[in-house]
Amino acid sequence: MDTLIEFFSLQDPNIRYVLAGTILLGISSGALGCFAILRRRALVGDAVAHSILPGVCLAFIIAGGKDPFMLILGAFVFGLLSMVTMDFISRNSRIAPDASIGMVLSVFFGLGVVLLTFIQTTGYIDQSGLDDFLFGQAASMVGDDVMVFGGLSLLILIVTILVFKELKLVSFDPSYARSIGYPVKRMEFLLALLMVLVITAGIQAVGVVLMASMLIIPAAAARYWTDSLRVMLLIAAGVGAVSGVTGSFISYTAPAMPTGPWMVVSAAFIFFLSFLLAPGRGEIARHIQKRRLSHKVACENILKTLYSMEEEDGRTDRLRPAKELRKRRHLASRRMKKVLSTLLRKGYVTYFRGTPDGYLLTADGRKEAKRLVRVHRLWEQYLSQHLQIAEDHVHEDAESMEHLITSEIEAQLRTSLGSPALDPHKSTIPYDSDEDEPAGGKSGDKHKQGGTP
Amino acid sequence: MNEIEQTRNPTGNSSNPPLEVHDLTVAYDQKPVLWDIDFELPEGSLTAIIGPNGAGKSTLVKAAMGLIPASSGYTLIYGKPLDKQRHRVAYVPQRESVDWNFPISVMDVVLMGRYPHLRLFQRPGRDDRDVALAALKEMGMEPYHKRQISQLSGGQQQRVFLARALAQDASIYLMDEPLAGVDAATEDVIFQKLKELRDGGKTVVVVHHDLQSVPDNFDRAMLLNLRMIACGPVSEIFTDENLQKTYGGRLNILSQMIEESRQQRFVRESES
Repeated sequence: MDTLIEFFSLQDPNIRYVLAGTILLGISSGALGCFAILRRRALVGDAVAHSILPGVCLAFIIAGGKDPFMLILGAFVFGLLSMVTMDFISRNSRIAPDASIGMVLSVFFGLGVVLLTFIQTTGYIDQSGLDDFLFGQAASMVGDDVMVFGGLSLLILIVTILVFKELKLVSFDPSYARSIGYPVKRMEFLLALLMVLVITAGIQAVGVVLMASMLIIPAAAARYWTDSLRVMLLIAAGVGAVSGVTGSFISYTAPAMPTGPWMVVSAAFIFFLSFLLAPGRGEIARHIQKRRLSHKVACENILKTLYSMEEEDGRTDRLRPAKELRKRRHLASRRMKKVLSTLLRKGYVTYFRGTPDGYLLTADGRKEAKRLVRVHRLWEQYLSQHLQIAEDHVHEDAESMEHLITSEIEAQLRTSLGSPALDPHKSTIPYDSDEDEPAGGKSGDKHKQGGTP
Repeated sequence: MNEIEQTRNPTGNSSNPPLEVHDLTVAYDQKPVLWDIDFELPEGSLTAIIGPNGAGKSTLVKAAMGLIPASSGYTLIYGKPLDKQRHRVAYVPQRESVDWNFPISVMDVVLMGRYPHLRLFQRPGRDDRDVALAALKEMGMEPYHKRQISQLSGGQQQRVFLARALAQDASIYLMDEPLAGVDAATEDVIFQKLKELRDGGKTVVVVHHDLQSVPDNFDRAMLLNLRMIACGPVSEIFTDENLQKTYGGRLNILSQMIEESRQQRFVRESES
């Protein structure tokens, strides 16, 4: 707790630096990552990140130690080189893009590890801090590093905001963009360049192995919350920033711990929350929606069952015990209770105590049940008449469609079929015009028609 | 990218046709898909590009717009090279060419039609939004302007693409299969709009798949099958002979030879 207060009191100027650096990095990688995943270039980002390692090592060798400018130059050159190589392979050979991405990633990274080992074994070069570039070490950034890496992040962010409109069009519809004269190739190159730059900016704090996830995860999490590209960029930037803060804090409290994994884990945690909790698209929301739909279907099926029982014996005044309903519709008794209480609440059925006790359709309930039976039979008629589907094959489909047919579609069906009297099984299709039973259903044998829905 | 070369640049006068394409040849992987296409279209015309699958209909539109590299050929817009006149040409790509799960709204898509009128970095303003809304209204899509595009049906998606073209306020419209897979109501709206555009003096070219609906809805047609079979008023060129040439089996020998020569060359290349 004390360290937490100490950290966030921002007394230590070094903490302020490191925090500023990682937050900037998180924001720019999150925002730019949105374009990477929407253009399906996320894996390319991963390959570029890994391919940077030989550049980092060469920068150490040439500068004889750690020098931020040399590092950026080396990383940038090799990032670009890997991208050009991937592009070249997929354009000039029959190798599929995923294979060329995998190849470039492993070959460049392998080369990097060779150089890394070389530096570590020769001992001529000041190798302190070199390991940090594999998994990141935010706290090892000193003033100069933060200026350079943070400055780079800021630059990327500014460019992304400036050309947001153009990036949006090129990402969504490149052929239209080209048709109105946009320099699409150059825009795509700019995006690639920005991606290499943001990966370069992240090598110190996140490291080459995990940097791609700072592009991918915040953007993927953000997609859950919004359908607007602008908002998606803002959320992804926020997720990136939070991950940056987490990384810095860990780096500060446990200096031996690499920061990259912590930043990624904290971004992944936010992704997981989004995956579960996001309204509409999250798993919980979807589960609730599914439950609601299946409850609605169950309610409608029970209404239909009550109606067909009336159709069968022609009696609207006979109590229908829950047990009997369960025999016809295989519902667990707990679900049946829920369904019946919903129907009671909606006023579709009434409950009467008797021997045995049971349920009766109300006028409203009968009207709704009739509607269901009607759209079911209309749909069957439509399938057999317009799609020439055999009579014994139409029931199953109608059984699910009846819950989805809106009043507009029903009207269209009736116009197109001319409100037929019978369905393909020769059962009467019930229309509302002959509907005049009083509530409680005391009048007797209006329903002489046989058949089941 | 190898844009269509635009060598000839006659002095632009008002008598220049809105759209000319000359000597256009396109080949994919050594296989010619369009051979020496040459046509001119008059102002205020509504043309259907017709031909069997793989005849090169979409390719013609894309190559004429310089979206795919052509082996030869050039496009003139009112007698001037295409690249200087792109804002006057509204291109409607095939609906399937974009990701409809992209996180943008209907309004965002239609506003893209205003981009040719905006400078670099300039954001669309209130006027642009008004134009976009009007375009949506013309396509009967105004109530949907806030919707995310994945919530639209196929026909509605197509209407949004057309609204974007309308928002561009162009003189020439090139549309790639705007009537493919749309519902009957959308088809009516689109045919109606195409006629309105023509009657308003615009030049409209539509890649179309349904031969039957051409005579009733278009005044000109291009019959295409690798090469141009015929181009002109529907009443003149819709002859049995031309249609037979376009859809009949006679071209099979040609396509066979093309395939044959491609294989041969491929073998020779891999031997060397």
